[in-house]
Amino acid sequence: MKQHSLKANHRRDAIIGWAFITPQMAGFVFFVLLPLVSVFLYSVQEKNLLFGTSVFNGLENYRLLLADPLFSNSLVNTLIFSAGVVPLNLVFSLLLALYLGGGKMGTRFVRGIIFLPVVTSGVAWAIVWKYLLQGGDAGPINWFLSLIGIEGPNWLFEKGWAMASVIVNRVMKNLGMNVLIFMGAVLNMPGDVIEAARIDGAKRFTLFFKIKLPLLMPTVMMVAIVTIIGSMRVFDTIKLMTDGGPEGSTMVMVYYIYHQAFRMFDTGFASALAVVLFLIVLVLTALQWFSRKRISFYES
Amino acid sequence: MNRKYLKQAPYALLVALLTLLFVYPFWWMVVNSLNSSAEIFGVPRLLPTSWAFTNYLDIFTVQPFARHYLNTLAVAFVGTAGNVLLAALAGYAFARMRFPLRNAAFLLLLTALMMPIEVTIIPLFFQMRGWGALDTLIPLMLLPIFGSQGAFSTFMLRQFYVTVPNELEEAARIDGLNPLGIFLKIMLPVATPVLSSVAILAFIAVWNTYLEPLVFISSLENFTLPLSLTNFNDTYGLPQWHLQLAATTLSILPIMVVYLLFQQKVTDAMVNTGLK
Repeated sequence: MKQHSLKANHRRDAIIGWAFITPQMAGFVFFVLLPLVSVFLYSVQEKNLLFGTSVFNGLENYRLLLADPLFSNSLVNTLIFSAGVVPLNLVFSLLLALYLGGGKMGTRFVRGIIFLPVVTSGVAWAIVWKYLLQGGDAGPINWFLSLIGIEGPNWLFEKGWAMASVIVNRVMKNLGMNVLIFMGAVLNMPGDVIEAARIDGAKRFTLFFKIKLPLLMPTVMMVAIVTIIGSMRVFDTIKLMTDGGPEGSTMVMVYYIYHQAFRMFDTGFASALAVVLFLIVLVLTALQWFSRKRISFYES
Repeated sequence: MNRKYLKQAPYALLVALLTLLFVYPFWWMVVNSLNSSAEIFGVPRLLPTSWAFTNYLDIFTVQPFARHYLNTLAVAFVGTAGNVLLAALAGYAFARMRFPLRNAAFLLLLTALMMPIEVTIIPLFFQMRGWGALDTLIPLMLLPIFGSQGAFSTFMLRQFYVTVPNELEEAARIDGLNPLGIFLKIMLPVATPVLSSVAILAFIAVWNTYLEPLVFISSLENFTLPLSLTNFNDTYGLPQWHLQLAATTLSILPIMVVYLLFQQKVTDAMVNTGLK
C-alpha cells in the first residue's frame, strides 16, 4: 500500500515536472534541435530554393566548397577580421579596465559612455559610421584628419581600409562589454598580493606583467574565446557598411552563407558552409568549457 | 597645486578622447537628423544648421515607419514576455522538481546557448515556409522565446531558483496550493530581480535583431526597425540621408531610455551574459 502511493507520487512528480518544462523543450526541439539536424541533411543535398529541388548528392557540396575560391576567400577574410578585432578589443578593454578599476577621474562617466554602442543596434551603429567614414572631404573623420594635414582615404571603398573600418567599428561596438567584465576581475584581484609586490619595489611595468596579468589570465582566456566566437559570426556590420566589398575583400563567412542561400538560392551548398561555421564554433565552445574548468580550478 | 593639475592632465585627455569616440557619433547622428540632406556632409557642426524638425514627420510618410515601429514593439513585447514566462516555468522545474531525465533535458537545452542562429537560419527558413509563417512576425516572436536567448534565460532562472530556501514552498504546500499556484503566487514574485534582468536583455536583443527579419520578412508592411532603417531611399534608389538619420535616432530612443534609467541593472545583466 505504502509502496503504491510512493510510486503514484513519483508518477505525479514526473508529470508535473515535465508539464513545467515541456513548452520550453518543445520549442527547443523545433527551433534548435531539428534545424541543426536539418542543416546537416541539407548539406548533403542538391537543394535549390528557387527550383524547389532536394536530391541527395553525397559529399558533392563539400567537394565544391573545397574547390571554391570564394569560400577560402571568405574563410581568410573571417580570420583577418578576427585577427584584427580580438587583439584590439582585448588590449584596449584590459587597459581601460585597469584605468577604471583604479578609480581615477571620470570612472562612472567613462563606464557609462563606452557601453552606449553595446546596447545600440549593430544596424544603427553601422549606419552612423558609414556616414562618418565617407570618403573625400565629405565625411567627418576625413575632415578631422585634414585638420592635422592628413588626406583620409575613401574608407569603405578601398581594399584594406574597408576591412580596417569594419574591424574598428566592431571593436568599438563591443568594447564596453569586455571592459566591464575585466573591471569585475580587476576589482577582485587580491589587494594584499599587489601591495606586497609594490612594497618589494616592483615597478608599474613589472607589476602588470608579473602580478596583475597572471591573476587576470583566466578571465582573459574566457573573454578571448567569447570574442573570437562573436567575430566569427559577424554579419550586420559587413552587410551594411561594405556589403562584402570592395572586390569581396570583406566578404566573411556568414555573409557568404547568406549570399549563397538567399541570393543564389543554393541552399544545399550554403548549408555545407553553415556546417563548417558550426564546427568552428563548436571547437571554440569546447575550448571555452575547458578554460572555464581551469578557472574554477584557480578559484577553488 | 599646479603639479596636482598637471598629474590629472593625461587622464582628462583620455576622458576627452573617449568622449569624442563614443559620444560624438551619437551627437553627429542627432544633429544631422535635423539638417537637410545637403547640409549633412562637409564641415561638421556642433548644432543643426536648419533645425529641420520636419524630417521627423517626413519619415512617417516616405514609408510606413509607424507600422515598422509598432511591428518591432509587438515582436519585442511578445518575444520578451514569452521568453521570461517559459524560462521561469522551466527554470523553476529544473531547479526544484524531481522528474525523470531532468538533468539530461537541462544539458540538452544548454546546447542552445552555443547555437549560432547563422547556422540554423536556412532550415528555419524552410520550416517557417512549411508552417506558412514566412513573411509574418511569428518567427521573429518565437525565436527569442526558444532560441539561445530562451536557453540563456532558463539557465539564469534555474541558477536563481536553486538558491531559494525550501521553507517558502513548504509553507505554500501546507496552505494547500497546487504546484502551478506555488509557481504563480510564490516563485514568480520572488524572482522579480532576475526576471527583470533577463527581460531587459531579451528586449534589447529582440529590438536589435537584423538577420532574422532580413531572411524571414519580405513585405514592406511587415518590416521591423532594423530593416526599415536600411530602406530610406528615394525613387532613384539614392539614400535619403537626413531621413535615415532621423529614423535611426527614433529607433534607438527606447533602448537608450531603458539604458539611462536602469544603467546599473542593464550593465550587470549584460556582463553576466558575457560570463555565462
